[in-house]
Amino acid sequence: MSENMVELNNVNRTYQKGKESVAVLHDLDLMIPKGDFLALMGPSGSGKTTLLNLLGGLDKPTSGSVVVSGATLSNMSNSQLSSWRAQNVGFIFQFYNLLPVLTAQKNVELPLLLTSLGSAERAKRAGIALSVVGLADRAKHYPRELSGGQEQRVAIARAIVSDPEILLCDEPTGDLDRETADEILTLMQSLNKEQGKTIVMVTHDPEAARYANRTLHMDKGKLQERELA
Amino acid sequence: MKYFALVWRSLWRKKARTILTVLSVMVAFFLYAVLSAIGYAFKGGVDLANAQRLVIVDKITFINSLPISYLNKIAAVPGVDLVTHATWFEGYYQDNKNPVTPFPVDPETYLAVYPELTLSDEARKAFGSTRTGVIVGEDLITRYGWKVGDRIPVESKIYPQKDGNRVWEFDVVGTFGTTDPKGSTPFMLFNYEYFDEARAFGQGSVGWYVIHIASGANAVEIAKAVDNQFANSPSQTKTSTEAAFAESFAKQFGNIGLIVTLILTAVFFTLLLVSGNTMSQSVRERISELAVLKTLGFKDGTVLGIVLGESLLVIALGGLLGLGLGWFVVQGIAQTMGTMLPGMYFTGEAWLIGIGLILAAGILAGIFPALKAMRLTIVDALARG
Repeated sequence: MSENMVELNNVNRTYQKGKESVAVLHDLDLMIPKGDFLALMGPSGSGKTTLLNLLGGLDKPTSGSVVVSGATLSNMSNSQLSSWRAQNVGFIFQFYNLLPVLTAQKNVELPLLLTSLGSAERAKRAGIALSVVGLADRAKHYPRELSGGQEQRVAIARAIVSDPEILLCDEPTGDLDRETADEILTLMQSLNKEQGKTIVMVTHDPEAARYANRTLHMDKGKLQERELA
Repeated sequence: MKYFALVWRSLWRKKARTILTVLSVMVAFFLYAVLSAIGYAFKGGVDLANAQRLVIVDKITFINSLPISYLNKIAAVPGVDLVTHATWFEGYYQDNKNPVTPFPVDPETYLAVYPELTLSDEARKAFGSTRTGVIVGEDLITRYGWKVGDRIPVESKIYPQKDGNRVWEFDVVGTFGTTDPKGSTPFMLFNYEYFDEARAFGQGSVGWYVIHIASGANAVEIAKAVDNQFANSPSQTKTSTEAAFAESFAKQFGNIGLIVTLILTAVFFTLLLVSGNTMSQSVRERISELAVLKTLGFKDGTVLGIVLGESLLVIALGGLLGLGLGWFVVQGIAQTMGTMLPGMYFTGEAWLIGIGLILAAGILAGIFPALKAMRLTIVDALARG
């Protein structure tokens, strides 16, 4: 059995813009071992988010294979990808993307609606996830009643509540001040070290990348491993 | 059911908009309830028609009366079980604003032909033996607060007495109800003999005959036999089922059914535009949220169901409130205006159609926004959000 969480082989992703084909990823190969914390950096338009979308089963490659957690995503239907995402991936976004009409507790419970768990068990697990991110006392608060950092913690709780193996984070600290960003990154680091979560984080922020085990740099759809100065 | 909280909370994202939409739906279904009850009243009790009863009227128009001498000839037609008659006697009590509908009838045969009218033995006996006796429907006696023993004056718009006086005095000798749950009793019955002796004109005539046919007899054959019998007489007859008579009676007011249908079609078309627009707006405003749900693993069908659920819920809220309010108002109108427009009733069938309309409107208003939500591409939607 592979020890890699992610295996990308010869992946290409091309978009059609009118009559023009725009190649975003070129012949990409990537292995991410289980338990890794990888930062993806690069200029805007370099293909970071496209790569993240492929890893999360939100998009499909034009060619090549994408294997994540043992599943070949490139061969799966949309419905299969939905089920796979619900069980295997946690997503963390730059702007948190919480549902404003739900409390923190109910936001965290959302992924569990897709399981066979009863409401009491869902509430219990959401409570535990909120405790992990230090927000048990904010369970009944709506997103508008929380600070940006707290909202991102709720988003992290939502990402980990169904215990996925891999967390995909798109600029998770891009909307936060330095101090709050450090708190969030420390939390992510502890999820990686203590709970063994594999984390792939897209960021523009070199300070954020320092929390990762390694950093890959993307440019014009290609990857380069690079040590931060 | 586990998605109900999500659907419910999403519905109240914009409280004012949802409340206004619910109110507009409520008004549409309220109108439906009231208009369908009015339509039912104008149908003149077609639904109450008894297949065992035939009505005989003048062939030219039912306004013309028929000779009382036809009674025995009709009774002699094979298959006729019972014959009775009634006459139109339009009147009011004390004031023109208090209409009453008394019918001069033959007490014994009329109550035999209409067994659904229920009254006590004492009332039945007193009605048969009291010349000026009247039995009053429970709906009517409640409206005017009369009681047994009262002497009530009724002014007829059609028949004066021989002395020119249009006020007829009746002694209330009993009340009657009906066993038919859809039926109402906003009328009263008095003795034909008293009426025929006292009226200034029209002696020896009746408004119409009603026959009860024997079990197993052929109604069409009997109707033909009755009409043939009077084919060469000055007052030719037209015999039809009670339902056909009720329909032709209702048609004198115009095609109320068509008018009601046209109004309701316009109302529901507007309702669909309003609620469909609300749902479209609601989906447009949260494209990124729907994309997040899909990112978390919600399948296309589930997202479609959630949006459709919202649409159904908003229509169901307004619709049930509207139907409930309509039913309540119809009950009130039936109580207070029962004598002017008897038979107003929000039927079980109308309730079922109302529920069907709620489901249809909910699906139609929500289906296009729901399909849009279902077809969202996560990557594009997140990029837009």
